Amino acid sequence: MASDKKDRGMIHIHVMGKTYEVPAGLTIMDAMEYAGYRFTRGAGCRSGFCGACSTVYRYEGDYRLQFALACQETAQDGMYLVQLPFTPAPRASYDIEKINPKENVLLQYYPEIARCVSCNTCTKACPQDIQVMDYIQAALRGDIAKTAELSFDCIQCGLCSMRCPADIKHYHMAQMARRIYGRYMSPVPQHLEDRLQEIAQGKFDDELDRLVSMSREELEAAYAARVREEAPAGSEISE
Amino acid sequence: MEETVTKTKQSTQDEFDLLEMSMDEIVDKVEELSGENVFDCYQCGMCSAGCPMAEEMDLLPNQVLHALQVKDPEVMSANSMWICASCYTCQVRCPKGVDLAKVMEAMRQIYLRKRMDHVSLDGLSHREIRRLPQIAVVASFRKKTG
Amino acid sequence: MEKLTYFPGCTLKDTASDFEISGMAVMEALGYVLEELERWNCCGTVFSLTDDDLMHQIAPVRDLLRAQEAGSDDIIALCSMCYATLKRTSLFVNGNQERLDKINSFMNKEVDYEGKVSVHHLLEVIRDRIGWEKIEERVTNPLEGLSVAPFYGCTLLRPEEIAIDDPDAPTVLQDLTTALWATPIDYAYSVECCGAYQVVDHRDVVVERTHRIMSAARRAGADVIVTSCPLCHFNLHDTQKELVRTIPDYEEMPIIYFTQLMALAYGVEAGKIPASLKAKIKRLQAVKGEG
Repeated sequence: MASDKKDRGMIHIHVMGKTYEVPAGLTIMDAMEYAGYRFTRGAGCRSGFCGACSTVYRYEGDYRLQFALACQETAQDGMYLVQLPFTPAPRASYDIEKINPKENVLLQYYPEIARCVSCNTCTKACPQDIQVMDYIQAALRGDIAKTAELSFDCIQCGLCSMRCPADIKHYHMAQMARRIYGRYMSPVPQHLEDRLQEIAQGKFDDELDRLVSMSREELEAAYAARVREEAPAGSEISE
Repeated sequence: MEETVTKTKQSTQDEFDLLEMSMDEIVDKVEELSGENVFDCYQCGMCSAGCPMAEEMDLLPNQVLHALQVKDPEVMSANSMWICASCYTCQVRCPKGVDLAKVMEAMRQIYLRKRMDHVSLDGLSHREIRRLPQIAVVASFRKKTG
Repeated sequence: MEKLTYFPGCTLKDTASDFEISGMAVMEALGYVLEELERWNCCGTVFSLTDDDLMHQIAPVRDLLRAQEAGSDDIIALCSMCYATLKRTSLFVNGNQERLDKINSFMNKEVDYEGKVSVHHLLEVIRDRIGWEKIEERVTNPLEGLSVAPFYGCTLLRPEEIAIDDPDAPTVLQDLTTALWATPIDYAYSVECCGAYQVVDHRDVVVERTHRIMSAARRAGADVIVTSCPLCHFNLHDTQKELVRTIPDYEEMPIIYFTQLMALAYGVEAGKIPASLKAKIKRLQAVKGEG
């Protein structure tokens, strides 16, 4: 439509120093592909979840570097862009079954967290709005649960480690914290444990066998006639 | 009990060569970073008398200052700056108020700012780190890594 | 209950939790609440000593800012190393507009730090705001007969700009000891350095220092050493194990935080107290009972 075309102009972006004209409204990744780049590294889920498309950019006229995921951030006029498809951050080797979570285990495996100077550069680099400095501080204090909680949204893009003046491997350390939390500290969901037991003991074997042997018509009929729980009294759930 | 040897790097002649700085430049840098004038020291020895680490040092605190005054490169290969505990006993007792702790820090920073760390993170075993409180690890890394 | 803005520091949340536990308990007994600063970060443990460095001031300034954000103009620290670092930083930036501007500009995601927060050590609060009379009043278990050697370490007394007492002849820990009815011990190593961070890669040097400090205290007749620094506590306590192992007839000396000594005298939560000290106090109480 005519009004569409008027609103949707073309913008200029600069990729590794070279200027391109691309339609406005595209993500950085789409804009770069429009410009003719083919991502063989630094692209993955394209949904903001895998952390592969770390991007460093700057607006024209601004001295500050900014950080984003190329598949999530909208390309703006005057953006200077570069991709960081890989972060060479070493990961500690450990056996989750053999770790003693009672001691300052995070400091043991990642002693460089003691070099944190609380500059907050990591937080500023995070495309997921995580309070990265806060979780490093929690880890330094031995608070594994807090480290796990604060770092939950991390997608391992590596931008924090690339910017850190103390060479800390934030995301690897946080992943260790989350693994320890899950393995040793989070409460066991008893109903899940019980259900897994029941399955192992074969409580649902007959029913599963019956389902597997049904024809398509039988399945459809069984689905339509399935037992549905009553919505709890006073709840907002309606048919 | 298995002893794990902690690898600590000492200043050596090789490291001094890597600095690629003349003693003139080094002493200038020390004075710039510390804000102290090395010629304020008149060698009374009060600092060395009170220094808790004096016995472990290749050059005593007053000898360190003297070496800087005469631009003796031995001062940059001595262990004095690395065994210093920043306890400030020297500074509070110096009759001229020379901040020797800052002079030691300046000498350390000359190496550390060129990425020549003096405690090895890899050299510390898990067992060693596990028994240390954070306060010790953080302070050690602040003083001996860049 | 009067509120004090409290900066714990990393170690008090972890290996030195006895310090915090006893500190909170005794201050509550005296009518004060140690309210922990929100969202504090590690202060850095040591004050950066080069004139051109602002990066390492960021961490302690951030803590001063947190106090400002909490509406407080004073931070109280128990860990004497944290006290020294925060205090030196406050002196470094408060009133210096150029440094404040640079640091605030760097911390662009925070409100500006105005440079008005001061820092005190708990011993200053005890001595100057509460006073020895009130400290003595609260005693329920007088520690009569207990010989206490004060170990000041470095950071309460040096450099002069942050000293809470005379650097060569301090008395605050001795006065505290007296107020608790115990006997302060005079010995040559009370203001010595324990070796601090050298314990990480020069442990043997710290073992040697511990030997001298403990031997001097023992010779002077001390039953226990009190300290205010988690690093001093660790160095003395942990390397003493080597001395027990390698020196025949070496008698282990208990080390506690000054707040733990107060807690014992007040009959409040004192954290973990070494068994030998508990036994000694019990013996002293028994003797007093008989007399």
